[in-house]
Amino acid sequence: MTRLVPFFGFALLAVLLGFGIWWNSAHDPTAVPSPLINKPAPAYVLPKLDDPARMVSKESMLGKPYLVNVFASWCFACGEEHPVLMAESKSFGIPVIGYDYKDDPNDAKTWLTQHGNPYDTVIADQSGHTAIDFGVYGAPETFLIDGKGVIRYKRIGPLTPDVIEQQLKPAIEALQKEAP
Amino acid sequence: MTPELGQLALILALMLAVAQSVLPLIGAWRGHRALMAVARPAATGQAVFVALAFAILVWAFVHFDFSVQYVAANSNLQLPWYYRIAAVWGAHEGSMLLWVLILNVWTVALALFSRQLPEVFLSRVIAVLGIISVGFLCFILFTSNPFGRLLPMPPDGADLNPVLQDPGMTFHPPVLYMGYVGFSVAFAFSIAALLGGSMEQAWVRWARPWTNAAWGFLSCGIVAGSWWAYAELGWGGWWFWDPVENASFMPWLVGVALIHAQAVTEKRGSLRAWTILLSLFAFSLSLLGTFLVRSGILTSVHAFASDPRRGTFILCFLAVVVGGSLLLYALRAPKVAGGKAFALVSRESAILIGNLMFTVAAAMVLLGTLFPLLGDAFNLGKISVGPPYFGLLFPLLMLPVVVLLPFGPYLRWGKSDTPMLKQVLVRAGVAALACAVVSMVFVQGQLKAIAGVASAVWVGVGVVLYLVKRWREMPRGRRYPAEMAGMLLAHLGVAVFLIGVLLSESLSVTRDVRLSPGQVAVVGGYEFRFDGVTQAQGPNWVAEQGVVTVTHNGSPVAVMHPQKRTYSHEQVQTQSSIDPGISRDLYVALGEPMDPQHVEGAWALRLYTKPFVRWIWGGGLFMMLGGFVSAGDRRFRVKREAEQAQTVSSTLQESRA
Amino acid sequence: MTGRFVRIAALVALIALGSAAFAQAIDPLPFRDHAEELRFQHLTSQLRCLVCQDEDLADSNADFARDIRHKVFELMQQGKSDAQIKQYLVDRYSDFVLYDPPVNGRTWLLWFGPLLILIAGGVVVVNTIRKRGRAGTPTAPTDNGDDW
Repeated sequence: MTRLVPFFGFALLAVLLGFGIWWNSAHDPTAVPSPLINKPAPAYVLPKLDDPARMVSKESMLGKPYLVNVFASWCFACGEEHPVLMAESKSFGIPVIGYDYKDDPNDAKTWLTQHGNPYDTVIADQSGHTAIDFGVYGAPETFLIDGKGVIRYKRIGPLTPDVIEQQLKPAIEALQKEAP
Repeated sequence: MTPELGQLALILALMLAVAQSVLPLIGAWRGHRALMAVARPAATGQAVFVALAFAILVWAFVHFDFSVQYVAANSNLQLPWYYRIAAVWGAHEGSMLLWVLILNVWTVALALFSRQLPEVFLSRVIAVLGIISVGFLCFILFTSNPFGRLLPMPPDGADLNPVLQDPGMTFHPPVLYMGYVGFSVAFAFSIAALLGGSMEQAWVRWARPWTNAAWGFLSCGIVAGSWWAYAELGWGGWWFWDPVENASFMPWLVGVALIHAQAVTEKRGSLRAWTILLSLFAFSLSLLGTFLVRSGILTSVHAFASDPRRGTFILCFLAVVVGGSLLLYALRAPKVAGGKAFALVSRESAILIGNLMFTVAAAMVLLGTLFPLLGDAFNLGKISVGPPYFGLLFPLLMLPVVVLLPFGPYLRWGKSDTPMLKQVLVRAGVAALACAVVSMVFVQGQLKAIAGVASAVWVGVGVVLYLVKRWREMPRGRRYPAEMAGMLLAHLGVAVFLIGVLLSESLSVTRDVRLSPGQVAVVGGYEFRFDGVTQAQGPNWVAEQGVVTVTHNGSPVAVMHPQKRTYSHEQVQTQSSIDPGISRDLYVALGEPMDPQHVEGAWALRLYTKPFVRWIWGGGLFMMLGGFVSAGDRRFRVKREAEQAQTVSSTLQESRA
Repeated sequence: MTGRFVRIAALVALIALGSAAFAQAIDPLPFRDHAEELRFQHLTSQLRCLVCQDEDLADSNADFARDIRHKVFELMQQGKSDAQIKQYLVDRYSDFVLYDPPVNGRTWLLWFGPLLILIAGGVVVVNTIRKRGRAGTPTAPTDNGDDW
């Protein structure tokens, strides 16, 4: 029955292509999953946006889990995510650091004044070099880092109420259960 | 002219296509001549309506009818008329209409130029083409209607992507589709043969000119696309193994195998099942390519805007047409090996080996293109497959083909004696080695370049040796039948292509430089002097135009004008400047000014020298010429008396089958 | 219908935004010598621009691509090897960033699949030639109206 080989070969191909269509509609095809999940966050030292003389570093944040939300004033999707953050950031129960990515500090400050500031602290990475160590390739992105400084969850793209309920909050709860 | 008329024309075309599909098939099955006779008129009628719909869309573009959404999305008031016409096939909906139009062009051509085909066979062929047309017309009408309205009508449209505003755009898609879609004819011939049941050789002879012509068009289309990418995209690249490029290359590879398999089956009667299978594969890959480009499952700069609904539709169509044809093959393909036998050393064997390499190459390209999808399906992580993969495996697979090529014409059918072959081996081999050694001096020991010279001389000398042999042995007028001339041209094209690829890849020099007006950079032995930037203007763009004077050892070579254009909707496009040449191209692209406030100061520039890059497309054009010249061989058109008698009896047999 | 138009317009605007980065792929860097420049060109042509639609780092105009190119340059200046530079990026951005897929357990099908297909096809070809050879081999000239 070797004559049926091409037919079955094609059938397999068609199944793969059908899968491709489904997968594409269910996932963001541009999202690149991070290889840093469950790996230590990079050792970062970045100035605060409103007080560049003061630094925030990985060491200074050890001890308790926290969120890092990568945003920028030029980022269109961040504008969409922002109201969600304004509404929900307090309900996370953990500190939320705003990570201003490749942005002019004045633009960023104006933007935050205009749209509101949901963050506990805002740090600025003007050059974007530290962001490379985080595996950031665009904004918005959100990292959940635990008390030991390990990245436990990454969201690529804007946070939506669904993502927060179904992915972020459970991840935060799981962390809080394991911490002594 | 109201766009709704275009939609109506398409609906009428669809109805005629249904008639064209169903009635002649029933007629062929039943031996009912009146039903079979529906084929030609239905096909012609369908073509008329599709052409009308296409003309209406062109009209809408030319007359700025922004009430048609597709027109508004792809053109605007400043777009020059020639790009407005090209914009018709600039996006998904219009390109699908072009696809169907070209399918109709091939169908009508077949209906006109096939008087010698038996009626039963031709009805089936036209019916199959009708089925394909039905599928695509439904696809257009239900998911991709170019005539949808946009109300209220905007005062001005969006724009055609500046990358597409290039002569390449007017030329590349129609020619490429002529090739892509042209394989449907070979496909239809094979299906008709499978349905008919009688496996006489003659049908392959009728299929050959159509297949050769389609392959010629595809070669030209791929060359056009490659040249356009080189000229327009700004970075001197001519092939990136991008999924959409691969989608056109896979049918081309299988097309090469098909052309050679058809030659074997036509002349020797053997390998019939392979020939049928290859023609099914070639067109299936064309359809697959159409799917990949529009379904959104692959990431590519060329991909059209995607929509899961469209992807699903094409996939179902693919499943029916390809799945159905492969099932038919499994059930009806000749089970017993027919035709004349052949030995290990014979032209048939060489063609078999060559076809194996081409088919594996096509499979490799398919695997590499789809592997990221496999990675998603089996959770292997997100993987990229790019030029390093394809660029390694493809030459490896083509190596046996290049080695065998000079022997092709010298090998006899059935069984070949070796003395002649040994002579070719020695002569071509010595020439290749000698040229390789000589070239070492000129190419600074670059292995790829030496390999390029050696392989090209190997193939080229093989072709020339055979040319000379025929000249000596045959009388005038019988030396180079068109089929042979086509073969020699195409094989010569391979030699030209090898020089182009291997030399340009190994000897090209690229440098990014920062130059103030008056400064000189030396690249590849040429001196490039930057002479500042002026302003320039076009119909729908303004540009900063650099002036670069090129000299070679002091004597002037060219003055080049790279541009940075800003189009009507603030889209910026780098327009590189190319100084073409037979032995090298010079290529300059303008980057950014060092200080945006002072454009009269220093600028970043990218300078290239690209030896022999034109030979890449030259080789492709030789191959295209070979395909067309072969297709024109009178032998394929003249029906011989013995065959006529045979066909009459087989027609009666077929219609009872 | 307007929804689709808006989406298309947004796509166009996105292209414009991407192109607004102008021709930043042209990026003269202070190489020590031509060999270093060649090495950089070769390396960046094998790395993928993550935010582009299938482009390598050498050809991409995107801001992000420029950042990564500068990082590659920095690592080269620090004396890192090609493999180390690629590993650095893979650690942060996964294998996706490599246009030359790694040869490992996950990609064996990609790298060895063509070989398997070649072997399978080769077996078929050998069988076909054997079968045909056994059937006797006529050397009579062809009767197809051609003499070659």
